[in-house]
Amino acid sequence: MSTPAMAYERATDVDAAVAAVAGRPGARFLAGGTNLVDHLKLGLLDPDLLVDVTRLPLREIEDVPGGGLRIGAGVTNADLAADPRVRASYPVLAEALLAGASGQLRNVATTGGNLLQRTRCPYFQDVTMACGKRDPGAGCSAIGGVTRGHAILGASEHCIATHPSDMAVGLAALDATVETAGPGGGRTLPLTELHRLPGDEPERDTVLEHGELIVAVTLPPPSPTARSAYRKVRDRASYAFALVSVAAAVDVRDGVLHDVRIALGGVAPKPWRAEQAEAVLRGAVPTAARLGEAADAELAAATAQGENAFKIPLARATIVAVLRDLLTEELA
Amino acid sequence: MLDITLTVDGVTRPLAVDPRTTLLDALRERLDVTAPKKGCDHGQCGACTVLVDGRRVLSCLTLAVQQDGAQVTTAAGLGEGDGLHPLAEAFLDHDALQCGYCTPGQLCSAVGMLDEAGRGHASHATADVAAVPTLTDEEIRERMSGNLCRCGAYANIVSAIREVAS
Repeated sequence: MSTPAMAYERATDVDAAVAAVAGRPGARFLAGGTNLVDHLKLGLLDPDLLVDVTRLPLREIEDVPGGGLRIGAGVTNADLAADPRVRASYPVLAEALLAGASGQLRNVATTGGNLLQRTRCPYFQDVTMACGKRDPGAGCSAIGGVTRGHAILGASEHCIATHPSDMAVGLAALDATVETAGPGGGRTLPLTELHRLPGDEPERDTVLEHGELIVAVTLPPPSPTARSAYRKVRDRASYAFALVSVAAAVDVRDGVLHDVRIALGGVAPKPWRAEQAEAVLRGAVPTAARLGEAADAELAAATAQGENAFKIPLARATIVAVLRDLLTEELA
Repeated sequence: MLDITLTVDGVTRPLAVDPRTTLLDALRERLDVTAPKKGCDHGQCGACTVLVDGRRVLSCLTLAVQQDGAQVTTAAGLGEGDGLHPLAEAFLDHDALQCGYCTPGQLCSAVGMLDEAGRGHASHATADVAAVPTLTDEEIRERMSGNLCRCGAYANIVSAIREVAS
């Protein structure tokens, strides 16, 4: 079997990059490549053109007037985690980044690429298995198979894969927004609306159109009284994907949870904003019992796929543990 | 085929590559630079780790064309002249290997990791990510977790790195 030719272009400006990909159905953007290059090897992807966006001027982390940070899509995971402003004001993001991958991968993987990485579902990554995310309409081999790592929230009868990013879970809890450039112009959307649930179109991970390029992620101003943290539970202490992860930010004023934001990783096809849990807690006086009620409210809709049933109590325990650690003073 | 130039261990090496060629395959198969090893070829083992412009990266998951113009340092180029790099000496002194297949990747990773730690970067093992961490054994293990050793020489790898770090 001969491998079809694949062209390579190095983009020098955003508009040219967008035009190059938008005009060619078989073209793909190439950023750090840590997922895409593996997909070439696994035979999951057969582009006729790669447009390298790593030399675009998207590598700055800028202060936003009035507060907040605008992170260029080409900023590496390592540089973002090392930024003093992120470490001091957005610890949940630094912790989420540092919980992901390895030092070598974080030195290359980019902010935009991290968001657009694809599931590590073993059935998706094995071309001998039927997978509707890879081949639209092909069904889902994972259902009824080895499901230990699969979703308990947001899955469909067409796909039960999870989104693998840690960074995106931290960003979801921070109310980050995503800025794109596209063939029809740019747009800004909440990070929580970037990824979509599989429904009957599991091949579409995000709402982006072909040729639409993420150019930046913006963090809103940090609340001076907010505390945040990320906790990741996995099969080994490091260098593994999450079974369950929890990003949380709490802002307690006068003994009341003025604001609380919770996002879950490893349990859903997208970074999962735990709005049901937040609703139980927002405006409430935090108590141990209420933390449990919040977790239960979120997980009421959880569905096990057999082998991953353990994720439901694990998610409950992890949500409670992260909130308890952030609210140590209030719960004392 | 695309014409690119890599500077590998201080030597300028022009070559023409197919765009699908990884940096690892360009080094090993085209330039006969065999210090970086092909273990898993999927970014899971770290045996192919090299330094690109001073930063540790997995050469199996980056395309050679993307690294056009880069300074690539492999384990063979870490030392001054014919001498061994202090980390390589420490690996010998501490018996930090058995079969040695992962060692070139371990060495490049450790050099990059010590540079990151020297610049005050936090890790997953750092309790307070806003603080400048101390390079404890727990920190060394976490920061080296992307390099697997099937012989299980981890304890001695940690002690070799600890000696050079302190």
